[in-house]
Amino acid sequence: MTKLGRRGFLAAAGGTLAAAALPGSRALAQGVNFAGRNIEWVIPFSEGGGSDAWARFLAPYLSRHLPGQPNVIIRNVPGGGSITGTNEFMARARPDGLTFIGTSGSTQFPYLLGDPRVRYDYEVMPPVLVSPTGGVVYLPARFGIQDASQLGQLADQELVYASQGATSLDLVPMLAFLVMGLNVRHVFGMTGRGDGRLAFERGEATIDYQTSAAYLSNVQPLVDAGTAIPMFSWGVMDAQGNVQRDPTFPDLPHFVEAYEMMHGQPPSGVEFDAYMAFFASGFAAQKPAMLPKGTPPEIVATYRQAFADAINDPELQANKEAALGAYEQAVGDDVEPLYRVATTISEDARSWVREYLTQNHGVTF
Amino acid sequence: MFETLFAALAELMTLQHLGFMTLGVVLGLMVGVLPGLGGIVGLSLLLPFLYGMDQTSALAMLIGLVAVIPTSDTFASVLMGIPGSTASQATVLDGFPMSKRGEAARALSAAFSASMIGGVFGALVLTGFVVIARPLILSFSSAELFALAIFGLSMVGVLSGSNLAKGVGAAGLGLVFGSIGSAPATGEYRMEFGTLYLMDGVPLVIVALGLFAVPEIVDLLRSGSSISSSSRLGRGWMDGIRDTWIHKWLMLRCAGLGAIIGAIPGLGGSVVDWIAYGHVVQTSKDRSNFGKGDVRGVIAPESANNAKEGGGLIPTLLFGIPGSGSMAVFLAGLILLGVQPGPAMADRNLDITYTIVWTLAIANVVGTLLCIIAAPGIARLTTIRYTLIAPFMIMVISFAAFQATRSIYDLVALLAVGIVGIFLKRFGWPRPAFLIGFVLAEQSERYLYQAVQFYGWGFLGRPLVLAIIAITLISIWLGARRRPGEQSASVATEGAADLAKASALWPQILFAVVVLGTFAFALYESMMLSQLGGIFPTWAAVAGALATIIVLVPLLRGRVQSSANFDMEAAPRENDDPFGAWGMVAWLAAFVGVVALFGFFIALVLFFLAFLRVMAKASWPMTLILTVAAAAFILTLANSLNLVFPGGWLQEAYDLPWPLR
Repeated sequence: MTKLGRRGFLAAAGGTLAAAALPGSRALAQGVNFAGRNIEWVIPFSEGGGSDAWARFLAPYLSRHLPGQPNVIIRNVPGGGSITGTNEFMARARPDGLTFIGTSGSTQFPYLLGDPRVRYDYEVMPPVLVSPTGGVVYLPARFGIQDASQLGQLADQELVYASQGATSLDLVPMLAFLVMGLNVRHVFGMTGRGDGRLAFERGEATIDYQTSAAYLSNVQPLVDAGTAIPMFSWGVMDAQGNVQRDPTFPDLPHFVEAYEMMHGQPPSGVEFDAYMAFFASGFAAQKPAMLPKGTPPEIVATYRQAFADAINDPELQANKEAALGAYEQAVGDDVEPLYRVATTISEDARSWVREYLTQNHGVTF
Repeated sequence: MFETLFAALAELMTLQHLGFMTLGVVLGLMVGVLPGLGGIVGLSLLLPFLYGMDQTSALAMLIGLVAVIPTSDTFASVLMGIPGSTASQATVLDGFPMSKRGEAARALSAAFSASMIGGVFGALVLTGFVVIARPLILSFSSAELFALAIFGLSMVGVLSGSNLAKGVGAAGLGLVFGSIGSAPATGEYRMEFGTLYLMDGVPLVIVALGLFAVPEIVDLLRSGSSISSSSRLGRGWMDGIRDTWIHKWLMLRCAGLGAIIGAIPGLGGSVVDWIAYGHVVQTSKDRSNFGKGDVRGVIAPESANNAKEGGGLIPTLLFGIPGSGSMAVFLAGLILLGVQPGPAMADRNLDITYTIVWTLAIANVVGTLLCIIAAPGIARLTTIRYTLIAPFMIMVISFAAFQATRSIYDLVALLAVGIVGIFLKRFGWPRPAFLIGFVLAEQSERYLYQAVQFYGWGFLGRPLVLAIIAITLISIWLGARRRPGEQSASVATEGAADLAKASALWPQILFAVVVLGTFAFALYESMMLSQLGGIFPTWAAVAGALATIIVLVPLLRGRVQSSANFDMEAAPRENDDPFGAWGMVAWLAAFVGVVALFGFFIALVLFFLAFLRVMAKASWPMTLILTVAAAAFILTLANSLNLVFPGGWLQEAYDLPWPLR
């Protein structure tokens, strides 16, 4: 991870703490006015990706609720697997509230893994919104596994998972299967989760997961037709950092419950710590929006309030299904704890994951 | 089904919906006309406006735009010799020679009529096929996709000109270039020299523009004339339509080909036009004119590339799997409109699908009509002195290039690939072969690895794989057999070899040695990787190196009559710039250099002023008018895309207001 000078760290932490601790962000936010300005929302991905759609959906509501109704425009800075754009933002963005960034799990993972190309530091960027996402792991019905408690029957069978790569978002299922003790072979090089679903439908892959929206529209029909059976959801995280059931799938156990159904005891150990860090970063708090380092507390408070109001906008609530799903967006005081969980990892867990990836998948750091 | 079909038509037939469709069509035509800009840019321009629109209108607008880009991109291909977008690269081969001959009108009308019918055909395919497509699409696994990639690579044989070894060498070079970036099997980075820029590989649009646009601009500038040798443009419109009618079966075959290849997710649309082009060459009796302005070489790719959009919508709608970059943006648009793609699109949401079908068909017709109306005006560009057009072309292609990652490295990459393209062209190494290798590098590697992982080597025995291999062999045989009186069985994509026999061979030898060195470097780099990550570039480099050695042997022996001897510089030129190609390259390099200092916008203005005064010898008023027009145009475009231009040292040091920042 990027080494941070102690002074810089204290200053930044002080800034974010001050923003978090001050009561009544609405009061603090007064005096900030963006009337007639253009606000740039940097998305380090190209047009058409999930993060782009997320930002484009939220932008008009944010514009409506920021003081002065500024124009919020999306600026895509693609390249380098989102590292390029985020590095550039970290180095250049001015802390004047006229520019902020939205990243994704694919930006958080190289940071958590200690990729040397990463020049950004999540610790010093004040978060103003965290959007969770979720997904469901499912199996072919022909295995005869009805629910997670029977997963042990697969112990001596090799499953195949169609993966986008060892350090991609598919690191989360990789760690999950490992923690569970499932014997899974990962075939890499998929260009999206859609590829993986197709491989599953063809019978090439024998275990798969889809994010919630894709699960509902593409896998639920398979479940209804009796060819696929859902096992567990990844779950969501509450403000205390505990895993809870996914609101989209209240009847499905989440990963931790599924583990208990299979093994009779809750998961633990360094593997599980690593899983939790990447799960939080890849799902429970997948897409955070941050202001530049050193942004004054009153601007941070203004943004937090604006995002809170935007999320509560009845029009957004009525239209959010396709873009955000049923997930509760973390706003206001809920932002900070979730953001911290998603952007930190213990030194033990990190070195264990790096070691694991190097040993088993030839990843070099 | 039919009830839904006609209900969807009735829904669409309101003034409002048709108005939005026409808006999309007009925007699509404008974006398509500009070389290198395609569906991704067009759709990105529309995305901000989707919010709050009603679904049918928004869909009509998006589809209207997607549908007509492969129609209007023909303008740049035919008139300028620059691929208008990745969908009409093959059109350049015969379309551009036609317009040089003064037959631009005929080439354009043949292309537009073929595009229209191809597009409507694609919509027709989508109508019926979408209901039954699921099992068919599912039958194409990684094994079949690998076989299809090999089929695509086999087209290199047809496009190799008089010397097959150069074709294979160029394709090998394309494969090596295409393997830059992360390895699909292991995620290792290959030949990226530690840079973030090359992590994702070189963007396709930059390779296409570098290979085709840069050498063409340089060549035209050297000759110092206008593109068309004849100023007669008005006639030939009916001839082109008659040509399409005469070759109607060819057109339908290619439209079918386009729709099918478009519908197979994973192959991508960028090779459709080449496959169609290869098809027409293989199945024609008289092929002596291909590459020199045969109208069939225009009809085939143009009917295929419009049909591809209809086919490409099938996996996008049914599986949520975009087949191309523009389909990915379209998918994002769907999600913003609250439409989740999936099986329901052929069932519960069939009405949405059929709205798309009708829009596709109507937009193709409207788009063609608008193109025909606009054509005489646009075609007149070819009679203007090229030195006045060149700066605009350079502006547009560099703008298109930095759409890739919005950085100056895009321009550097464009310049580098452009120099490679200039040499390939000069020494008769077929650029289409390079491009096919580049496009299919990632796919052939990824699908081979996945097929072996999923099925073991037994994947080669799968029935559909065997069928595709059989088709590939037949196609190679069809292409390779020589007919009586033919000099060569393939198309001289780089011009006639007999005019380019050089007596001094050392420049060609030097270039071939550099190519060989590139393969050696790729081989060396591959050795550093794990076996899975390195095996593909290793094979590509070995094959390319062998072919290069075959090219080198006759040259080293000084055999002037060998088909390997090809140097465009040996061919006589009527006019030439005193510094030759290097003078033009120096202009481009200077432009990129000034961008590195002062950022894109300032560099553009300086470039226009200098170029128009020095190269075009334009008067000051003319220079100023053209410069202001260019600046206004680029600012409007960048502003509507919320684009910040690539910056340089000045932007690094000082915080400047847009557009200077």
